[in-house]
Amino acid sequence: MKVYCLSEDPNKPCFVIKLKSVTIMLDCGLSAHSVLNFLPLYPIPDWKPNKAAAWIPKNFSDPQIEGELNECMTNQVLVNSAPEFMTPLTKLVDFADIDVILVSNYMTMLALPFITENTGFKGVVYMTEPTLHIGKLFLEELVDFVEQSPKPNVAKYWKEILHLLPPPLCNSFKPHTWKQLYSLAQVNSSLTRVQMISYDQKIEITGALTVTAVSSGYCLGSSNWVIYLESKKLVYVSNTSTLTTHPRPMDQVNLKNADLMLLSSLTQAPAANPDSMLGELCLSVAVTLRNNGSVLIPCYPSGVVYDLFECLSSHLDSTALGQIPMYFISPVAHSSLEYSNILAEWLSQSKQNKVYFPEEPFPHAQLVKSGRLKHFKHVYTDDLWNDLRQPCVVFCGHPSLRFGDVVHFVEYWGTNPQNTIIFTEPEFPYLEALAPFQPLSMKAMHCPIDTSMNFTQANKMIKDLKPAVLILPECYAIPPAGFGHKNEFVIDQVDRKVLTIKRGEVISEKLDIKTVNVPFTTEMVVSVTLNELQSGLKASKFTAVLDTKDNKYKLDILRDDLLANKTTEPYLLETLFKKTYEWGQLDIDRFLRALTNEGVSDPKIEHNTHGYTIHLKSEDTLIQVDDKSTHIFCEKMDKNWRLKLRSIVMECLNSF
Amino acid sequence: MNISNRIIVTPLGAGQDVGRSCILITIGNRNIMLDCGMHMGYQDERKFPDFSYITSDGNITDIIDCVIISHFHLDHCGALSYLTEHLGYHGPIYMTHPTKAIAPILLEDMRKHLVEYEEEAKYFTSSAIRDCMKKVTAVNLHEVVTVKEDIELKAYYAGHVLGAAMFYIKVGNDSVVYTGDFSMTPDRHLGAAWIDKCRPTLLITESTYATTIRDSKRCRERDFLKNVHECIDRGGKVLIPIFALGRAQELCILIDTYWDRMGLKVPVYFAAGLTEKANSYYKMFITWTNQKVRQTFVHRNMFDFKHIKPFDKTYMHNPGPMVVFATPGMLHAGLSLNIFKKWAPDEKNMLIVPGYCVSGTVGNKVLSGSKKIEAEPNKFIDVKMSVEYLSFSAHADGKGIIQLIKNCEPQNVLLVHGEEEKMKFLRAKIMQEFNINCYMPANGETVEIETANIHTFNMSTKLVKEILDDQSNNLGNGKRLVHGAFLLKNGSSNLNAMSVKDTFKELDIQRHTLRFTCTVEIKESSTIQKTKTKLYNMLENNLPIFKNKLTMSDGSISLASILVTVEDSMDNNKKKIVISWANEDEPLGNHVLEMLQNMSKSD
Ligand SMILES: [Zn+2]
Repeated sequence: MKVYCLSEDPNKPCFVIKLKSVTIMLDCGLSAHSVLNFLPLYPIPDWKPNKAAAWIPKNFSDPQIEGELNECMTNQVLVNSAPEFMTPLTKLVDFADIDVILVSNYMTMLALPFITENTGFKGVVYMTEPTLHIGKLFLEELVDFVEQSPKPNVAKYWKEILHLLPPPLCNSFKPHTWKQLYSLAQVNSSLTRVQMISYDQKIEITGALTVTAVSSGYCLGSSNWVIYLESKKLVYVSNTSTLTTHPRPMDQVNLKNADLMLLSSLTQAPAANPDSMLGELCLSVAVTLRNNGSVLIPCYPSGVVYDLFECLSSHLDSTALGQIPMYFISPVAHSSLEYSNILAEWLSQSKQNKVYFPEEPFPHAQLVKSGRLKHFKHVYTDDLWNDLRQPCVVFCGHPSLRFGDVVHFVEYWGTNPQNTIIFTEPEFPYLEALAPFQPLSMKAMHCPIDTSMNFTQANKMIKDLKPAVLILPECYAIPPAGFGHKNEFVIDQVDRKVLTIKRGEVISEKLDIKTVNVPFTTEMVVSVTLNELQSGLKASKFTAVLDTKDNKYKLDILRDDLLANKTTEPYLLETLFKKTYEWGQLDIDRFLRALTNEGVSDPKIEHNTHGYTIHLKSEDTLIQVDDKSTHIFCEKMDKNWRLKLRSIVMECLNSF
Repeated sequence: MNISNRIIVTPLGAGQDVGRSCILITIGNRNIMLDCGMHMGYQDERKFPDFSYITSDGNITDIIDCVIISHFHLDHCGALSYLTEHLGYHGPIYMTHPTKAIAPILLEDMRKHLVEYEEEAKYFTSSAIRDCMKKVTAVNLHEVVTVKEDIELKAYYAGHVLGAAMFYIKVGNDSVVYTGDFSMTPDRHLGAAWIDKCRPTLLITESTYATTIRDSKRCRERDFLKNVHECIDRGGKVLIPIFALGRAQELCILIDTYWDRMGLKVPVYFAAGLTEKANSYYKMFITWTNQKVRQTFVHRNMFDFKHIKPFDKTYMHNPGPMVVFATPGMLHAGLSLNIFKKWAPDEKNMLIVPGYCVSGTVGNKVLSGSKKIEAEPNKFIDVKMSVEYLSFSAHADGKGIIQLIKNCEPQNVLLVHGEEEKMKFLRAKIMQEFNINCYMPANGETVEIETANIHTFNMSTKLVKEILDDQSNNLGNGKRLVHGAFLLKNGSSNLNAMSVKDTFKELDIQRHTLRFTCTVEIKESSTIQKTKTKLYNMLENNLPIFKNKLTMSDGSISLASILVTVEDSMDNNKKKIVISWANEDEPLGNHVLEMLQNMSKSD
């Protein structure tokens, strides 16, 4: 088998594995890191402050660069263009060859239209029902954010003069490969290729392998994958959480004892404990509100935000701030809230049990009914401004602060030092995200909440699951910069073969397949009679025909017409088709009795170290017998005698 | 193969009957109970499946490995709390999430009716229902659930009612599909049943409408609305007895949209106070409804009805037209029966029965044309109201059952949940069309089905390689002759195939080699080497099939297990040929020996 790595970010994974004749893509994450290099898109165009001045490199003049670059107050240089994203590598694998794409969760599918549209892709995409529904919301929201403030110009020239640009722009990773976002039409076309599956469903792929999604505990419908190829078991571990939040708990049992494990998507905030971050968040929200300030929480439209609604509302209740309204602003806010309440099967047991009463599984349904949590499509709807009451808490996207309704709120609230912006999504460095908005008076807090496994949890899991071979993103084998030699930030490389992989690399790993599964015809099944030869073990010899056409095997009985093709000589037919296999020891007493019955009267027996030698002088025959063999030296040229002797010996042996 | 198995099926209920579905199956060493229903037509012990069949020889939990409930209708789950709380079954129970949510409501509803009318319903308490439901494990569609290591369950969508499932059950190499009740056509809120080509050993299917080819749903809907409209136009009252959940939601959608379209003002009521709660279930399990309802749910909840209001008992005495949905659906007890008693004598009124009524119920009697009903002992009611039966209960018709058989390709079919005469008709049709066995056991009658269901085995890659490397087994056209052995470990469903040599190793059995050695003298004056070459050429020409098994080394010529060596003889003009072979190549060895003997004779 071969493993290809198509993504440079292990949290936006994209792998391809080729197994036998099947090509499988594992996840297709979209890295949005690149968008930090672009100027923010303002959702309300006339509400656009002018903090960024045009910029060109010193001592450089080329009209092509004009208008492409701006410098903000922090001296960071940003590109004035529609934002661009880092998509999976296209050169390593032809997307037209992909048979299936397995999508682990809605966060790791955002590059899907780049893979399936206009690439010749003909395969099927498998994901769970929540991944499809919520993933669709993520894709729609992203398209909406980027399309609501269209940029007429596409800046390209700056990529030619990277060496003249200041950091971090000059360190951009292969900006030539960056792409503008897909359209809504492409999203919809891409999603028509999706087939929904359940956890623990066995999906056969081209008859060669079986694939099963198992719960990964990270978010609604999130999966890890188990792939069976004959007797070999491969597992792919994507975002996985061992914490108790709202999703169904992680299934470890099905991941045990794999021949190979591919690991990705560990926490992006390895030094932050999600529970204490959540605690800090609640505290600082309460402090801000009490000082009459409002709180802005950049977020994605599903996932941790549900836990934030739940924890924050109960914290505010307990601190007499229960009257403070919360606003959830997203083009898909309503759908997200509605969907969260119809996916009970995919929730933790305690949330699932509520449905039986029947109560909505998430408390935010009640918060919406009571008017404490309000949802709006956009920041530019009048409804919102008629309703908005400060102080309040606003949840909106996008966490990069480069597009979406959050851009407006950062500017709008940024001048007031009583307000606070709290970053919970660990994906983007928050100071870099805030750079184009500086100077800001609003307080900024960093409370990264990533429920994915940390290195300690991952090491424990690997130890429990015992994969024979482990493949890791290269960066999981090296402690991150600034953390020195701390091995709590690396994956242990003991007890098993560990291979590392990075973007653009291919690993070949031989799978030692011991057996292949072969179907047989009904006649063949009927023809076999198993005998119990050892206690608990039944066996039977067979002579049959293996059809090997097109490398697909099938076992059938030997049919007469096939025999006739080969030969008509009886001795050949017998040699080819009738086999006996003797076992055990020769029953010597029985043998001698049988000889006597046949009229052989003068056997002379000699014992030796191995067994016996029997002379049959009158028949000119010598027989050597030991535990494992009987050797007949027959000098008498009489076929009948030899065959008679043969049948006597065979009667005194077990045969199979 | 003598590892053939048997599937044993005994209906304890629903054998040539509708009501108290309960089918016991044995696959391999596992006993599984399919549904645990109650018969609504009886008040005596016939109400329950005949559990004495199981309990007479021991603890029921030791005997039954698991219980599967197909859907929330009481004729499929009504006896479940009796099984767990009265008979003490505490093994695993499986049903879908919506069934787990809704079944306890119907059980509770039934309990209230029973307690009203029966003395012996004491064991049947609310807490018994709650305790029973705690033992249930909910499953998702298509999820493969493994029970006790060797039972595999998988639920498929069955339509019929919210959460209804067909179950695929596999033990070892044999499998059963049990349909429960299913419908092959989508309706206003549910989709059609779906199953893949899972090729079960046995399909156990309901056959309620075995002989009916059903007209289009649209026609039935039109008839229903026409009947209702005509009745209220003449000032009559319409009573629709119904289960609170299921068909009720479909008919409510129908009436609600019709009232909207026609601008009707006549009141529509839904009794039982269950509606709002029931609709919450439908909303939260919207993923179990059909495509259209699912796609629009974010913006419009189909189960928020504009025109349908809760019913109060006193309304039944109100003058003027009205439409009332009331439980239970078969008029056997409760509110629907009370309203019926009140309204039946007025010919302006109308009764519309939209579902199946099992024999013995008032609903059944009215439908079969009885004009005098003994509703209480010695108290007769004249039925003057018009009576319409509109079959809205979503069961597959004959065509649908045939379609299901085509879809899943079973090796055997067994009919339950239907009437004997209709079953006979369908049975003949199935046997004729598919050329497979079809059974229809009565309650307590056992069917045994022999199976030989190993379809695949695991062949060692080593053996495959040996086969492909050996050209002498090439039979042409990709076909290869194979000698090998099967090995089966007790308790394993995996049959392994490997070379005979490896089989002996696995069996830990010492092979015994039987060899023959004979000597022939031929006339040959050339060197030993030349003689060998001559013999080699002779064998090569005469036995082309074994061409690539034939080798010559310094000492000898070998062909499979045959060894031929040449030695000098006492006579300089002769050579001594020693030939030896193993017993497995006896015919060939003997043939080579004869060739040499012929050489010596011809000299
Ligand atoms: Zn039913």
